[in-house]
Amino acid sequence: MWKMILRRVLILIPQLFALSIIIFVMAHFMPGDALTGLIDPTISPEDIEIMREQLGLNRPLYVRYFDWVTSMLQGDFGRSFHHQRPVVDVIGERLPNTVRLSLVATIFTYLIAIPMGVIAGRYREKIADRAIINYTFFAIAIPLIVFALLNVYLFGFTLRWFPIQGSVDPRLATGTFAYHISRLQHLILPALTMALLGTAGIVNILRSEIIDNENSDYVTTVRAKGAPRRIVYNRHIFRNASLPLVAGFGFALVNLLSGTAVIERIFSFPGMGNLFVQSINGRDFSTANTLIMMYGIIGVVGTMLSDIFMIVADPRIRVK
Amino acid sequence: MDVNKTPSPFRVMCREIYKDKLAFCSLIVFFTVLIGVFIWAALLDTSEVMRQHLLRGNLPPSREFWLGTDSTGRDTFNLLILGTRNSFIIALIVASITSVIGIVVGLAAGYYGGHVDNVVMRLIDFMTMIPTLMFIITMTVLLPNTIRNFGLILTVFGWTGMARSIRMVSLRQGVMDYVKASKTLGSRNIVIMFREVLPNILSFTIVNLTLSIATTMGIETGLTFLGFGPPPTMPTLGLAVANAANPLAMQLRPWLWLPAALVILVMVLCINYVGQAIGRAADARRRRV
Repeated sequence: MWKMILRRVLILIPQLFALSIIIFVMAHFMPGDALTGLIDPTISPEDIEIMREQLGLNRPLYVRYFDWVTSMLQGDFGRSFHHQRPVVDVIGERLPNTVRLSLVATIFTYLIAIPMGVIAGRYREKIADRAIINYTFFAIAIPLIVFALLNVYLFGFTLRWFPIQGSVDPRLATGTFAYHISRLQHLILPALTMALLGTAGIVNILRSEIIDNENSDYVTTVRAKGAPRRIVYNRHIFRNASLPLVAGFGFALVNLLSGTAVIERIFSFPGMGNLFVQSINGRDFSTANTLIMMYGIIGVVGTMLSDIFMIVADPRIRVK
Repeated sequence: MDVNKTPSPFRVMCREIYKDKLAFCSLIVFFTVLIGVFIWAALLDTSEVMRQHLLRGNLPPSREFWLGTDSTGRDTFNLLILGTRNSFIIALIVASITSVIGIVVGLAAGYYGGHVDNVVMRLIDFMTMIPTLMFIITMTVLLPNTIRNFGLILTVFGWTGMARSIRMVSLRQGVMDYVKASKTLGSRNIVIMFREVLPNILSFTIVNLTLSIATTMGIETGLTFLGFGPPPTMPTLGLAVANAANPLAMQLRPWLWLPAALVILVMVLCINYVGQAIGRAADARRRRV
């Protein structure tokens, strides 16, 4: 088992290397460099050239790549010329909002998906199953943006059930009880929107896994022992059927994160997805690159973690 | 009818769609909308529709302007017609090209297996891990904003899904007897892959192609909404939906974006229903009796 985990961790190195190369090459083609935000018209071109030389911007590409990686490893991601502050500070401000949104969306996703998948698998071909299958069909087909807009229009503007702008009511004082409640209220609609579409894949996997497991020998044994149906399904079958969910967690995380750009934009939510769109529009590439790198690392590491979890949880993989 | 004759895949497909009332209705609705849109759009002049008339901005729907006008006085209904046509064409082209790439790569990986498969799968895995949407957005800013570049970027990041599914089915085909027999007879690998394996997975491929048209329409809308779509001189459904980015317009003038959102919804659902029926045709075990 340890050998497999080690092997899986080692794959991470070429992946991170490839990711950093791609972003570095992309950054190379972006207009502007570390000096763009600092230059003012009174500085002569010769002085700029001297500063470029001092900063090492005229050195060969591979040297600059290693410099870039080293400074990133030391926590220096450059300055955002739009905000005139270190990139880390700008992102740090938005990070908690996106984390909260993703967390609530994930909780909603699994809260909705697991009961649905179990019911659909257990009562196959019955009315409940048919309804759930139709729901997953819609959830897979409908584009996130259309669904989100319709939700905002219906539940935000027309029915006024939820606030639809920002992450918190700006009139409330920070730290009060009402402040936290307002924050939660602002999260519900965007998180639910993402969750309702995100459940489809999980429901489908869980349903087919349960159906596959129903006919296996261990289920027959449990039944023969006289265990009630509830125990058979909720304890024995569910445990085996939920394994692919664990495997898909890293993938679900990446999906969720990429969806936040659209969702945060629609809800004017001050998170990282919105920040990314703003920094690309404002040509603030140092912030954009750092965000891509961050999301990339989250994706690569997240997938690795779920693979490792799979190796630990499912002995069948270890044997292969 | 000759009972012993095996029905052709196309016949099976038609039969499946015809038998499934929902899919059949979807197909009719889809083509009615599409043909109507194409005929209407042929009567319109894009530059004329895109011309701004500042004196008649933000009109509500009326007899003259069926869906009102936008803030620059353009007829929303005509924009919707042109947008539907353009969005569909973009989605069709992008989906077709990504499918061809996906088929070639997926077939090669599934058929050859071994090292080829390993390399391809590492690449695909990697591309599903990285934040694709962010890369797409960055690329649209770095490259000149033309419709060709837009399609190119979507293609570069869009082929992996198709390749993954094609690889999965061709892995199963590769070990079958007919492939072995053909190898024994000395057929070239290329011939086996494209003349013998491909026809067997053709219906599966068509399902994926249909669904990827719907997905691409969604992606185009999302990107245009975020401001990274095709050039703004080209009316698309995304451009109409992007009107909703302004909270005031979204609330007070729903005719600007709601019809486009509903058109996307209807088109995407129709495509998926038809795709589901074709999918049943592709898999004999799921066919309806």
